Amino acid sequence: MKRPLHLLLATSSVLFVIFVMLVSACGNQNTDLLRPEKDEELSGGNSTVFDVSMNAFGQPAPILDAKQQTDFVVGNSFFKLNWVIAPASTTDRDGLGPLLNAQSCSACHLRDGRGLPPADGNTEPVGLLVRLSAKGMGPHGEPLGYGAYGGQLQNRAVLGLKPEAQVRVSYTEKVGQYADGTPFSLRVPTYTFLNPQWGNLDDALISPRLAQQIVGMGLLEAISETDLLAMADEFDKNSDGISGRPNYVWNEKEKKTELGRLGWKANQPTVEQQVAGAFLGDVGITSPIFQKHDLTPEQADLDKLPNGGQPEISNKLFEQVVLYTAALGVPARRNWQDKQVLAGKGLFLKNCAACHTPKLETGSSATIAAQANQIIYPYSDLLLHDMGPDLADNRPDFLATGQEWRTPPLWGIGLLETVNGKAFYLHDGRARTLEEAILWHGGEAQKAQKSFVGMPKRDREALIAFLKSL
Amino acid sequence: MKKVFSIALLLGALSLTTACKKTENLQDKKKQVLENYANIVLASYEDSREAAKAMQTTLAAMVKAPNTGSYRAAKEAWLAARVPYLQTEAYRMYAGPIDDDAGPEGFMNGWPMDEAYVDYVKGDMNTGIINRPDLFPNMTPALLKELNEKDGEANIATGYHAIEFLLWGQDQNALPNDAGLRAFTDYLPTTSSVKNVERRGQYLNTAADLLITDLNYLVEAWKDSQENYRKNFLANPKVSLRLVLQGAKELIGNEMAGERMQVIYDTRNQEDEHSCFSDNTHNDVIWDIQGLFNVYTGTYKRLDGTLIKGISISDLVREKDPKLDADMLALFAVAQKSAQSIVPPFDQAILKDSERAKIAATIQALKDISQKYLLVYDLIKD
Repeated sequence: MKRPLHLLLATSSVLFVIFVMLVSACGNQNTDLLRPEKDEELSGGNSTVFDVSMNAFGQPAPILDAKQQTDFVVGNSFFKLNWVIAPASTTDRDGLGPLLNAQSCSACHLRDGRGLPPADGNTEPVGLLVRLSAKGMGPHGEPLGYGAYGGQLQNRAVLGLKPEAQVRVSYTEKVGQYADGTPFSLRVPTYTFLNPQWGNLDDALISPRLAQQIVGMGLLEAISETDLLAMADEFDKNSDGISGRPNYVWNEKEKKTELGRLGWKANQPTVEQQVAGAFLGDVGITSPIFQKHDLTPEQADLDKLPNGGQPEISNKLFEQVVLYTAALGVPARRNWQDKQVLAGKGLFLKNCAACHTPKLETGSSATIAAQANQIIYPYSDLLLHDMGPDLADNRPDFLATGQEWRTPPLWGIGLLETVNGKAFYLHDGRARTLEEAILWHGGEAQKAQKSFVGMPKRDREALIAFLKSL
Repeated sequence: MKKVFSIALLLGALSLTTACKKTENLQDKKKQVLENYANIVLASYEDSREAAKAMQTTLAAMVKAPNTGSYRAAKEAWLAARVPYLQTEAYRMYAGPIDDDAGPEGFMNGWPMDEAYVDYVKGDMNTGIINRPDLFPNMTPALLKELNEKDGEANIATGYHAIEFLLWGQDQNALPNDAGLRAFTDYLPTTSSVKNVERRGQYLNTAADLLITDLNYLVEAWKDSQENYRKNFLANPKVSLRLVLQGAKELIGNEMAGERMQVIYDTRNQEDEHSCFSDNTHNDVIWDIQGLFNVYTGTYKRLDGTLIKGISISDLVREKDPKLDADMLALFAVAQKSAQSIVPPFDQAILKDSERAKIAATIQALKDISQKYLLVYDLIKD
């Protein structure tokens, strides 16, 4: 009866030899970077989720208590489903418009994901909106609304009303090549407005903005101000060419100026205000924070139409949508131990991490209390950086200049395609691939862009493989 | 030593073969599970189409001759059409034919219905596509489809709930147990107190036509021996089984327990229910659970009484973990029993403590099933 055991051992030692041979065959690269960091796959700390399906961005952080779980479910409903024209039987859900960009949050943030630029030059965009302003600043440093339009172009309206204007995006191609001769082409967008209802838009400063995936918002809000400011280097004292600086923006609820941390230009201080702003500007829903419709004096007649209550989303429901938005979990990394991904990580740390800060810790207090003191991997410093003239919208937003953008968090970026079928990158979705997104980087990121252009194909692919693992 | 080595190889090879056979068996069984699933999907879409056609005929007859009798028949036909369709909701949430990018789900069962986009509402008698002949002179299927997806975004103006709204009207709850009280005279040119009576009839008929077009599309996608979705679905059993399990888990947990029940349980807003015009929401819950039960147990009772039964997800689970299967079946029983015990109308049940307890029990059972589906997934995904 002992014999089979010997046989087994013999078999295993043969296998072991083969295994060793296989392993050593792959072991001739820089070994330091080939080791994954402990827990680096848990991008959202205790708020990491493990769904890799098309619903990957819609999962609650697993640390919610029973009440928060209910709030999440209710909030999800009011985020996902259409708002309807008032008056309606569904009294909680009416009050749409009168002017709007979308009928629900999820119309743009489909499955909590990212918006898509229009499919062609004849299609009205959904998920890509246009901010407007005139030169100058409002009393709190905010952009000045443009004429009778206000601060945002609403390209839809309820039945019987005309949209402020329709938006058309067309692209021209701009070619270039990598150092190894491989050609690439970037598309440069042009925006035109059809049927403007409130005067011409020729002088308006415009800023097109794509709806972002919203995972991990509560965690970003929970990073302490001290930690964020510690990363700022406005005058580039360390001479690394990178001078991140904070935006300071108006907090409507607190009636004071605060550090901005959310949105493409870090122009929102809190998740709560981000949600309220989007309800008002994008869907036409008043909330406890913004209780009046975003209409200019010229549009005052529109305010006489039936509304869905004052405010249109009640306090409790609003808080539930805020909780939902803050509580969406961050997908765990995939393939983080993969050799190519680790090689890409090495390149990323060397070239990109000065702005796309890999690792941060949330502060000791958080809106969702359990999200305090978490090690997270957002790959962002939430600060403003000059990204050069090619990416500029030339429309200041509080302290952000027309060339500055906030470093967008990269977590979840590798799942955009899974969640939304397609993926487009940068503030207006002009980049069709991650490579294009990198190639558009200018200004402070010019050096990083140059080193990407100079990389051999193998390194470029490794870097992209790393990004796709996020 | 040489001998030992070759025996080891032989044994190794043997054990590998056995493992392969076992896997083959399992893969074969999975194929059968999916075949049976596809048969059930097809049958239930065919049944939905049949019931919708019956409804289409009844609606057309009512529009031609509106009276108490024809109006009641129209409503009954709508209620009957819901029964097979609700059971098909279990095939959602994995980007299959019903709800991939080209899928018609939003046109068929979208909610909440944009009432004022379609017809008059309390507080505004002149609103809606029906009452704006100036904007929309010709009521055609193409127009409704276009308005429904205007600018690439869904305005919910077609489907079962649009027809429901056009038959029942808004539920004003004059008496607590009332559903919507729209009268057949909304379709009667001679005595109607509301405008655009003929356009309303056209809208109703057109909405029914659209529904049947969409059901045809789904039947085609799931027909046997065609170059269609079903063919691909069956050609990739491993991927497809995962999709089926993910979809069911999502529908049971986030959609049924969450969206459909937890939200209204928490808001207590009476009309925040899915069939708010007809007060048929309790049946939505019951038949949706039935559909999910069908998927798990590989059974479906057709409208004509025929029973489809084949090897099921339940069978796969039972083979590997009998306790898990027993737990799943027990939870389904609890969910079905609690849902059936809720005394309608649902919009009143959410306000009464006795009924709230039953709703809470249903929610809990569905949540538990959804959690267990994760275990099912891990158990049989490979």
